[in-house]
Amino acid sequence: MKQRRFSWRRFSAIVKKEVIQVLRDPVSLRLAIIMPVFMMLLFGYALSTEVDHITTAVYDQGRNEDSRALVERFTASGYFKISYYSDSEKEVKDLIQAGRVKAGLIILPGYSPGADALSSQALLIIDGSDPTTARTALSSGLLLAQAEARDAFEQKQEKSGVYYAINLEPMVAHVWYNPDLKNTNFTIPGLVGLITQSITVMLTAFSLVREREKGTIEQLIVTPIRPAELILGKLIPYVVIGYAGFLFALFLCIEWFGIIPAGNIALLIGLGLIFVICSLMIGMLISTFAKSQAMAMMLLMLVILPSVLLSGFIFPREAMPDIVKAVGYILPLTYFLNIIRGVVLKGVGMEFLWLDVVLLSALTVVLALAAIFRFRKTLD
Amino acid sequence: MNNAIVVKNLTKKFGTLTAVDRINFSVPRGCVYGFLGPNGSGKSTTIRMLCGIIRPTAGSATIMGIDVLKEPEKVKQSIGYMSQKFGLYDDMTVKENLEFYAEIYGLSPAERKKRRDEIIGMAGLEGKERCLARTLSGGFKQRLALGCAFVHAPGLIILDEPTAGLDPVSRRAFWQIVRTLAEGGTTVFVTTHYMDEAEGCDTTCFIFNGRIMAQAPPEELIRKEKLKTLEDVFIKYVEMDQGTPEANSRKRWLEILGFRRRNGGGR
Ligand SMILES: Nc1ncnc2c1ncn2[C@@H]1O[C@H](COP(=O)(O)OP(=O)(O)OP(=O)(O)O)[C@@H](O)[C@H]1O
Ligand SMILES: [Mg+2]
Repeated sequence: MKQRRFSWRRFSAIVKKEVIQVLRDPVSLRLAIIMPVFMMLLFGYALSTEVDHITTAVYDQGRNEDSRALVERFTASGYFKISYYSDSEKEVKDLIQAGRVKAGLIILPGYSPGADALSSQALLIIDGSDPTTARTALSSGLLLAQAEARDAFEQKQEKSGVYYAINLEPMVAHVWYNPDLKNTNFTIPGLVGLITQSITVMLTAFSLVREREKGTIEQLIVTPIRPAELILGKLIPYVVIGYAGFLFALFLCIEWFGIIPAGNIALLIGLGLIFVICSLMIGMLISTFAKSQAMAMMLLMLVILPSVLLSGFIFPREAMPDIVKAVGYILPLTYFLNIIRGVVLKGVGMEFLWLDVVLLSALTVVLALAAIFRFRKTLD
Repeated sequence: MNNAIVVKNLTKKFGTLTAVDRINFSVPRGCVYGFLGPNGSGKSTTIRMLCGIIRPTAGSATIMGIDVLKEPEKVKQSIGYMSQKFGLYDDMTVKENLEFYAEIYGLSPAERKKRRDEIIGMAGLEGKERCLARTLSGGFKQRLALGCAFVHAPGLIILDEPTAGLDPVSRRAFWQIVRTLAEGGTTVFVTTHYMDEAEGCDTTCFIFNGRIMAQAPPEELIRKEKLKTLEDVFIKYVEMDQGTPEANSRKRWLEILGFRRRNGGGR
């Protein structure tokens, strides 16, 4: 007669014990709540510093009202800071080469934004060595020039009373979802995911290892406890803590950073629970491998670093080679980034997210089984 | 089945080190069995194999007629184990520890409450129910550990050096509880370095370098070896195994073996 059955009584004993221990450890309890808040604020600001005040040299050959208006528009946008007024094209190029400025704005003689000339009348030179800055400079510069042209055109129409049907923008760049192209809208929701995952993984990673180091595991192994009861029982209190951390981070994302989700927030909160449980399972799995807290810490790094680099948090996954991309599939964050960005930025619902939800749930189950299977009731 | 434990050719190797080397012994039911041997002789390793904490390299063991290797989980319900290192949750109270183990062993809420109060009375832990295990003195800690190991009233309790580091009064108090359990029919398998405690056992077994040197009631061993005390017997066995009794002074052995001879204030 084998005791193969899951016992709710033993499971509840583990849950109670873990709750008592967690409540008696106010430091780690507080840390689990304070950390997300602290990290959200710290990294939120670090990552959300929009590229602005790009140092720019201006060589204005137009020297008319219109050209001054364009320069003024560039300055007023906040993206550009005019640090040099140059007298030659060469000087502008030298300044860029020397790294004194990141961009150069060269306005040609006779510049007139409302003119129907299709040839460019202004040239924006960008130092591309820092792609992020370059991208911002390029997109904002183009948008600004277009806006200037449109305004001037409309003014002219009003004055003359004649309507020209001239297409001022032969190629229109439409920017969806994030019309201001603001980095924050992209990074902060991602940060909610990254922070939640990092903290929850940490919560459980140490739970079994601590028992191992303290020697309490030996006493536990001698009881009829089953791996599933132990692993799942240990999980419960951390689900509450991890979920609270997630809600705090999400709250800051909305209230502090002012990123109002375009989609259904209840859906996001619901899916966050699966995400938290999945992350906790990774911690549990680490716990079954690690012999000491130091080793658990190292294994944690093996999860956290790929989470930052491979989940799509920073680098777009589309551009990754398949093998590297595959590594991302074992991280809950990969799926949750799609979910949270989908809901917050695009406002989409389950009809677009279902695949990520299914995969995230499947990953949770696989990780849980792996942890239960890995946990041996022996010490050698 | 008259034996609580039957061990056959049990062996454990850690790499090249053979910690336990083909040992054989059996422990009759209801007996207090003293498992003796110097540091590193393989006592804890044997016990951990019996409890299913580590797997033997070879050999077999049955506990209460159940094969430890084949049905480790079934064995666990019928043994209580006290590890050499304090293994309870020191951030939980006396009561919480007892209730936790009671529930883990599947006792119903009513049984748990009853059993908890019984154990607290038996182990003399009254008034300490709400103390964190961490704050208990050594003696009380060990009594609590014994209580937790006995909470499901197993037929066999295995105690690994339960009195190491305790003062004589605490040791006596501890042994009084052990005797009560034994009188109630529980088999006790215990290791100790205190020869006065060993002399109080029904049967003793000497293990050295992973091999069993002798197995008999203490009085019989003393008589057989024509020595005065069990301690002399112990030392004789160790020297015999070393092969050069003259070369090593008795005093030096005492140091190596870490005997706490002074502490053993009779029984
Ligand atoms: N997990 C392990 N890995 C490697 N060697 C081990 C391990 N556990 C025990 N040993 C070795 O096995 C031998 C027997 O150890 P054991 O703990 O069984 O001795 P003991 O009789 O309990 O000693 P003590 O009186 O100090 O408790 C020792 O040499 C010890 O170093
Ligand atoms: Mg030992």
